[in-house]
Amino acid sequence: MDADLLRGGFTNAPVDAAHAFRAAMNVMARPGTVETLAGAKPPAPLSVAAGVLLLTLCDPETPVFLAGVHDCAAVRDWITFHVGAPLIGPERSVFAVGGWDDLMPLDRFTIGTPEYPDRSATMIVEEGETPLVNAILRGPGIRSTAAARLPELDAFQRNAALFPLGLDFFFTQGGRVRAVPRTTKVEAA
Amino acid sequence: MSLMAKAPGASVARLWAALEMVPEFHWLRAPEVGAAMVRGRQGATGAPFNLGEMTITRCSLQLESGAVGHGYVQGRDKDKARVVALVDALMQGDMAARVRAGMLEPLAAEMDAAKEARAAKAAATKVDFFTMVRGED
Amino acid sequence: MYVAVKGGERAIDNAHAWLAEERRGDTDVAELSVAQIREQLKLAVNRVMAEGSLYDPDLAALAIKQARGDLIEAIFLIRAYRTTLPRFGHSVPVETGDMACDRRISATFKDAPGGQVLGPTFDYTHRLLDFKLAAEGDIPDAPGAAPRDAPTPHITGFLNKEGLIQTEKESDDTPADLTREPLALPADRPLRLQALTRGDEGFVLSMAYSTQRGYARNHAFVGELRIGRVPVEMEIPELGFAIEIGEIELTECETVNQFQGSKTEPPQFTRGYGLVFGQSERKAISMALVDRALRWKELGEDDMGAPAQDEEFVLYHCDNIQATGFLEHIKLPHYVDFQSELELIRKLRREAADASATSKEAAE
Repeated sequence: MDADLLRGGFTNAPVDAAHAFRAAMNVMARPGTVETLAGAKPPAPLSVAAGVLLLTLCDPETPVFLAGVHDCAAVRDWITFHVGAPLIGPERSVFAVGGWDDLMPLDRFTIGTPEYPDRSATMIVEEGETPLVNAILRGPGIRSTAAARLPELDAFQRNAALFPLGLDFFFTQGGRVRAVPRTTKVEAA
Repeated sequence: MSLMAKAPGASVARLWAALEMVPEFHWLRAPEVGAAMVRGRQGATGAPFNLGEMTITRCSLQLESGAVGHGYVQGRDKDKARVVALVDALMQGDMAARVRAGMLEPLAAEMDAAKEARAAKAAATKVDFFTMVRGED
Repeated sequence: MYVAVKGGERAIDNAHAWLAEERRGDTDVAELSVAQIREQLKLAVNRVMAEGSLYDPDLAALAIKQARGDLIEAIFLIRAYRTTLPRFGHSVPVETGDMACDRRISATFKDAPGGQVLGPTFDYTHRLLDFKLAAEGDIPDAPGAAPRDAPTPHITGFLNKEGLIQTEKESDDTPADLTREPLALPADRPLRLQALTRGDEGFVLSMAYSTQRGYARNHAFVGELRIGRVPVEMEIPELGFAIEIGEIELTECETVNQFQGSKTEPPQFTRGYGLVFGQSERKAISMALVDRALRWKELGEDDMGAPAQDEEFVLYHCDNIQATGFLEHIKLPHYVDFQSELELIRKLRREAADASATSKEAAE
């Protein structure tokens, strides 16, 4: 394994992970808000925020799917060393990372079971290529409405209709992270 | 690495101190204590099952020379994990012979002797059966 | 009406301070060190590791000291600690055939290759109190003999060659893990074995004993019992291969059970299996008997209605931490629950009294 890829993990794992977990929890609890994640230096094309989320939320028992250009040797080796998560196809993955178009179609991912809705996949969507549209968010954690820019509306409307099953989405760009959980209702602005 | 993972922490520390080496390094992954789930097989040869966890400590570091060393040890001794990773890295360079002679060989000898002593005590409790009476007559 | 109350903080602090003092006992007597517990109360340490489901003799010894020798409390401490550990992975299944055996006996074959090695056993002691132990003294070294240099083969392997015993299907399926997902029934055999190996020794022993006394009798012989050390190997992703990450002591018991055959299986011997952390042979034998009893469905045997055949009964009640947690919680304040019970009883008594007064009046 290339020694350079062995760098870039948390320098103080307990504290770094606690800060990152708090930020990840906040953005999920308050859809539309943005937080900054730091503490890791993952290899391109993985963003800092996506890298920090993987370090914080994943371990050897959470299979990860790498979509599109994210499925490259550098990212695979970095995750293997720092996270230990098995890299796997979309169907049995618990986390998926990639650009919006590369993650399609979403119906490949597991949405949980009626007994255990939490046994569903979480998407880490790397922003960049895909153009965004304006959206209005409503639902738990949002006082009246929140504005957001999303790759499309349909996918989130279909996902919310599956509640209590469904997927949850993080959006990452550089060190910034925001989220749209399955409880959020999405409308055109 | 396998040898050192099982070795007593005190022996590793003593032999390392005697080597008087202070290589410069930086952490790739600072020592962390965790667990590994130990598996067995049903009927010793069948399907695997989870037996229970054991504590392990691991770390990774890089020497000035660029050599990378990994340490995985049983238990919660972070200092032992550091020495194991240093030895792993040093074994890739020109210090290898010195480390082998000062650490790996004496450690292997010490552990073989301990294992041998235990096996000898077990052998002494092996039952010799004597035939008292045979029933053919 | 709901009344929230708080209080007792000072009482709790003082109770903990007194607990610490009582734990220490008479300060004229030397304090026990963790190393002393680890070395001299090894079988207690083993039990705490097995039922705490974490192999770490130092931690188990510390837990025993902290719990004042209450082993279930010590197991509770270990279970709580292990939840704080990140899991780095799982081992390659241990090869008990490669065990460096301290003890290895068979009740079925006198002349098994490798022989009958008694090891440090209580078996042939007279169970008379040894008052010499009350005084300190040096223990002479145990005698040695030329050690065996080859691994000791499994005894069931010999029966297997003749096809007289059921074979274990080879598999590398990922086993379900009780510590990750709640127990769901029906449980497959790997999941049952995990529950039994961390189950309460007393409970598993009683269940096993019940099968010997006739509740779902399956007539077990100890085909082999072995105790010793095995290396533990784990795949290391950054290395790309497996290395040994340590060595653990295990007790393994394989029972050979008579089996008359059923609608689905020919007459042959069947197996029960026990594997436990540390030197814990009572537990390993018990586990093997209960494992065998729970296999009735798979072998096409009749449901005798015996407790040891009832997977739900055995698996839901074998965990002493679950059991003691639920049992002991009833001593904590239930003032409000009880208040409502009290109200109910008073109401029922009032109604009963009114009813009898009314019927008396009617009679007059």
